[in-house]
Amino acid sequence: MMVPRLLLTIGPIIAALIIAGAVLAVAGVNPLSYYAYVLQRGLLSPGGVQQTLTRMAPLLCIAAGLIIAFRAGIWNLGTDGQFLLGAVAAAASGPLLAEMMPVGLALFLCFVLSTLVAALWSLLPALLRAYQGVNEIITTLMMTFLGTSLANVLVKLVFLDPATTVPQTRTLPVEDRLPRLFDTTVTSGLILGLIAIIAVHLMMTRTAFGLRLRIVGASPRAALHAGLGVPALTVAVFALSAGLAGLAGAVDILGVYGNVRTDWDPAYGMAVIPVVFLARMNGFAAIAFVFLFSILSIGGESAARRLGVPQNFTLVFVAIVLIVLALAEYYTKRISQSREP
Amino acid sequence: MSGLFTEIFLSALLFGAITAAIPLLLAGLGEQMSEKAGVLNIGIEGMMIGGAYVGFLGAYYGNSLWLGFLGGALTGIAVALVMVLLCVRLGLNQIVIGIGLTLGLEGLTALAHHFQFSRTYPRLPAADATVIPLLSDIPVLGPALFKHHLIVYLAVLLVFVMSHIYRRTQLGLSLQAAGDKPAALDVAGVDVVRTRTIAVLVTGALAGIGGAYLANIGAGIFVPFITNGAGFLGIVLAMLARGRPMWVLIGAVLFGVCLSLTTAMQVAGINMPTDVIQMLPFIAVMTMLILFGRKASLPAALGLPYQRGVR
Repeated sequence: MMVPRLLLTIGPIIAALIIAGAVLAVAGVNPLSYYAYVLQRGLLSPGGVQQTLTRMAPLLCIAAGLIIAFRAGIWNLGTDGQFLLGAVAAAASGPLLAEMMPVGLALFLCFVLSTLVAALWSLLPALLRAYQGVNEIITTLMMTFLGTSLANVLVKLVFLDPATTVPQTRTLPVEDRLPRLFDTTVTSGLILGLIAIIAVHLMMTRTAFGLRLRIVGASPRAALHAGLGVPALTVAVFALSAGLAGLAGAVDILGVYGNVRTDWDPAYGMAVIPVVFLARMNGFAAIAFVFLFSILSIGGESAARRLGVPQNFTLVFVAIVLIVLALAEYYTKRISQSREP
Repeated sequence: MSGLFTEIFLSALLFGAITAAIPLLLAGLGEQMSEKAGVLNIGIEGMMIGGAYVGFLGAYYGNSLWLGFLGGALTGIAVALVMVLLCVRLGLNQIVIGIGLTLGLEGLTALAHHFQFSRTYPRLPAADATVIPLLSDIPVLGPALFKHHLIVYLAVLLVFVMSHIYRRTQLGLSLQAAGDKPAALDVAGVDVVRTRTIAVLVTGALAGIGGAYLANIGAGIFVPFITNGAGFLGIVLAMLARGRPMWVLIGAVLFGVCLSLTTAMQVAGINMPTDVIQMLPFIAVMTMLILFGRKASLPAALGLPYQRGVR
């Protein structure tokens, strides 16, 4: 059954390429030359592919967090807010800590701090869901709107760098940032992202804790009957999932940007959701799809500058992937059911 | 002199609150109907932004706000139709499709706006108000409540229409049953899929009109991502209202006041970054969810597709 499985994965991507290409054609852009340009800038040029690999680092961390949440049946749609607050925490503490202690230790403490801040930010939706039964889709979305504004407030009022006119936090000197891999510009955050997603995959599939989470995800009532502490597990899922999103923020700041500017919001989280579904919440498959998405994302940013197709095209593309994927799964299920005697 | 200033100021504040509340009211009423019928409509944000863009095009090129509302409603219905096909008919996951529709329409409208207007943001003329005689002469409240575009009064009227539908009509009962116990409705001989289809299409129309109002009258321009979570606020309103349209109205006005305070504080020159003020409505939502979250009851079969004979 390997072939249909593969087809079910590649099919939606191809269908999305065609449908999204039609959107481009309607707008008067040649889709083939657009895709060729994206591929060229995101994958085939040495600078592009290094940027792509660097972009993967935060995306992998977010994907890892989403895999935990979705497998446990928790719809954490607030990763964007969690990511931003993690990023601000890293940007605020990084330059300070780097002055006080060895760089390695400073970076490590930043990671811990960002993870904690983001986990804490998810506590309210977690408690509401665990003990009051309030739908987490709504609360996490609301917390993202709040978190985006709060990140701006923090940058403007609390952590503003007085030395520059641009509203931004103090900048972590390049030599204090996460080391780059070998002779490339690829951040070592990539390694961290890979470790995070593989660890999450193994945790969810190979450990008792992962099994408990999956039982909660499959049927909270069954989990309750099995004697699992569902509320505590729910809070744990939120903390892990949000913590990884916060870690993603730290990885992006400490590895790439060095500071947070006001109104900076890459909104990775929403775009990673379809990627995680496409990977069927499998960590290894997610690595491959995060790579693909990063190509599209880096190439798309280049195309926005050169070809005048806004970055928002990527949103349209992932949305089509998501919908076609859901449809494809439905029809495969139908076909396999009709084959049963 | 200063007394006069406060009177005008208060009046403007309330006027702004109503203007901000109308899109939320329409979205909330729409979502309420969907949820009653058992469909959690996360795509409502997408329906609103779609309605906002096409509604803006209609008003801008057609020179008529009503054409804008029509465009908004039709776009909302078109998006809702996708939701109906995928979620109600085929029974696909409502959350996945909802996220997909919202992301897709946010991207699509931003893209379309870019190709149509590039980086310009043309402004519509101010909407002409329907002034209600006598009532509009009441100090402070008069100009704030009774000098709005006709659609505002219609939206408020809709609250009572909805109440009537839910309480007194066959359709209202069917909607309720479709969300609470679809199998029972099926046994009673009413088509569950059809009932849910009606609900989702109505949601689309209302969300689309709400989006068009937001762009054409609320802002007077269209900018990408203009709805900024208004659809999601509608979902919260529907959740907290526990199936009663009147509570959607009350909630929408409360949020409207919050949103209007945002602008008023800036006008009044209160020295606070806009970001702090922008957090107010969302803080209000979270506070309400903390206080009343436990009581926010949702239909039993919400989010579950209905297939005959499947348990």
